[in-house]
Amino acid sequence: MVSTAVPLSIENIDTDQIIPARFLKATTREGFGENLFRDWRFDEQGAPKKDFVLNNPVYKGRILVAGKNFGCGSSREHAAWALGDYGFKAVVSSFFADIFKNNALNNFILPIQVSDEFLQQIFSAIEKDPAAALEVNLEEQYIRIVPTGEQQQFDINPYKKTCLLNGYDDIDYLLSLREQIGTYEASRPFNF
Amino acid sequence: MGKTLFDKIWDSHIVASKPGFPDAVYINTHFIHEVTSPQAFDGLRKRGIPVFRPGKTRATADHNVPTVDQHLPIKEALSRKQVEMLTTNTAEFGVELYGLGHRYQGIVHVIGPELGITLPGMTIVCGDSHTSTHGAFGAVAFGIGTSEVEQVLATQCILQYKPKRMKIEVNGQLKKGVVSKDIILYIISKISASGATGYFVEYAGEAIRGLSMEARMTICNMSIEMGARGGLIAPDSTTFDYIKGREFAPKGEDWNKALACWQTLHTDEDAVFDKVLSFDAADIEPQITYGTNPGMGMGVTQHIPSLGDIEDKEKPSFSKSLQYMDLAPGSRLLGKKVDYVFIGSCTNSRIEDLRMVAGFVKGKKKADDVTVWIVPGSKQVEAQAIEEGIDKIFEAAGFQLRQPGCSACLGMNEDKIPAGKYCIATSNRNFEGRQGPNARTFLASPLTAAAAAITGRVTDVRELI
Repeated sequence: MVSTAVPLSIENIDTDQIIPARFLKATTREGFGENLFRDWRFDEQGAPKKDFVLNNPVYKGRILVAGKNFGCGSSREHAAWALGDYGFKAVVSSFFADIFKNNALNNFILPIQVSDEFLQQIFSAIEKDPAAALEVNLEEQYIRIVPTGEQQQFDINPYKKTCLLNGYDDIDYLLSLREQIGTYEASRPFNF
Repeated sequence: MGKTLFDKIWDSHIVASKPGFPDAVYINTHFIHEVTSPQAFDGLRKRGIPVFRPGKTRATADHNVPTVDQHLPIKEALSRKQVEMLTTNTAEFGVELYGLGHRYQGIVHVIGPELGITLPGMTIVCGDSHTSTHGAFGAVAFGIGTSEVEQVLATQCILQYKPKRMKIEVNGQLKKGVVSKDIILYIISKISASGATGYFVEYAGEAIRGLSMEARMTICNMSIEMGARGGLIAPDSTTFDYIKGREFAPKGEDWNKALACWQTLHTDEDAVFDKVLSFDAADIEPQITYGTNPGMGMGVTQHIPSLGDIEDKEKPSFSKSLQYMDLAPGSRLLGKKVDYVFIGSCTNSRIEDLRMVAGFVKGKKKADDVTVWIVPGSKQVEAQAIEEGIDKIFEAAGFQLRQPGCSACLGMNEDKIPAGKYCIATSNRNFEGRQGPNARTFLASPLTAAAAAITGRVTDVRELI
């Protein structure tokens, strides 16, 4: 994937910012993108806040680049649904909270963890030219800043990589283990 | 080489472990609530599969529920729909529900322990990050997303990578006016909101051992606020005494067998942790947060850091946070006026919390310009408080004792703190907008919150006891 990116250089972005609790009342997975970063994006009357990056037409793309410890706090998968529904396919940060990382992967959004230095290089490249594109290669596990050619490898678990590349999900695999699960249960005298 | 308690429990729950694959971990108890479960049930319907082990999932309605007039239909249409959907989903799939009006209803992390559903050695998950609470019993308990809720409903298992192990020791004795909430806020302020990400924490040391079960739950509850996957405490006689006789706890011969098994649940002497941190309980004073993540905390008498104390690359986030809170770098919170006091949430809404507050406020009156909400964690906590006359003490003090639910911890129901107002809260998160759009939160212990209710200001509770 080659795409321009949206820079959000704030640290510790928690899932309450990504999607505030009052928007968690839907009972389907769709439509959360509308309220992505709701209170940073819109004022109390619902008018877009000019200084927020998603309201700046200069910045667009399918990659969100954010400060360290992205996705901390609540386990709400609605945060991943909101990012995906808005159109993001990948989030780049120097550190991700654990639950968010799992939720993102389960929704085919790629969390790309890079070094603090490389994250700064990305922010600088976008600051210099908002049209600067990033290339993400999941197969080869690298991310490249197209105009500068700087690139970094990233880690992803081989199982999750296969799932992302082939569109598999965890339940398919777990359902194939049902017999083993039954055997395990029979081996345990108590439910603990 | 010996094993840590976490390893013992995790390893004994692995159903399948293939190279290159995450572990398939068996889950003993699964809790669900109305907010993070509807899409998971939908997923089962789409696949045409049942709940695999319906008896191992328990449901309650807590996040959305009103905390007044619970006997009436929920006014807010979307909240009502979500709660109704939990009722239909649990009925259709055969899952036990403690819904609104049920005598066991309450915050999911309060009712599990009080009903004796939460037991040592269990693996426990819930679509809620504060599932770490149950670790206080020596269980491996952690929060999950909705896709994972679906995994557990479908197979009673979850795919997970094993986290690293961290030990946090708190040695020595706590000082007067310092309670378990202060311990955990202190630890988070020292290691930051991401200081334990990737780890499962075991809390140990004399100060932890000396805590009651409910105080231990407060500590484990906030493990997620430093990024930890979960936190646990080895079970001991305090744990066993708490569990014995509770509704769903093992009874008779089963109790003896279970106890024998639980007594083996401890970290071996020669076990190795990936990281060990030690703190001295005597260094801890009553804590309060000043910023917009739980790591931004300090002793109640201390000053907020100055810009000069903050690393350059962290300055923009620090300044943004203080701007939101409308607080000056380098200033003190002591004496700062507060508008609301919220005592509740899965962190501090149990009977001991209410007793602690009642013991402090008995014979006192709240400050005139402060609104005080006390939200019990469950119907059972509420009933107990009434039985003990705690409701009368609150009434005399001008506090409102409301009905059980998550309430103003996350403001999904009508209990929102108005924009710009300051709330001292016993809950677990001070994120921007957490208690309502533009609301400002100071996290503190029930004692420190109660002191602020009386004086109307951020107060050092040690001066009043």
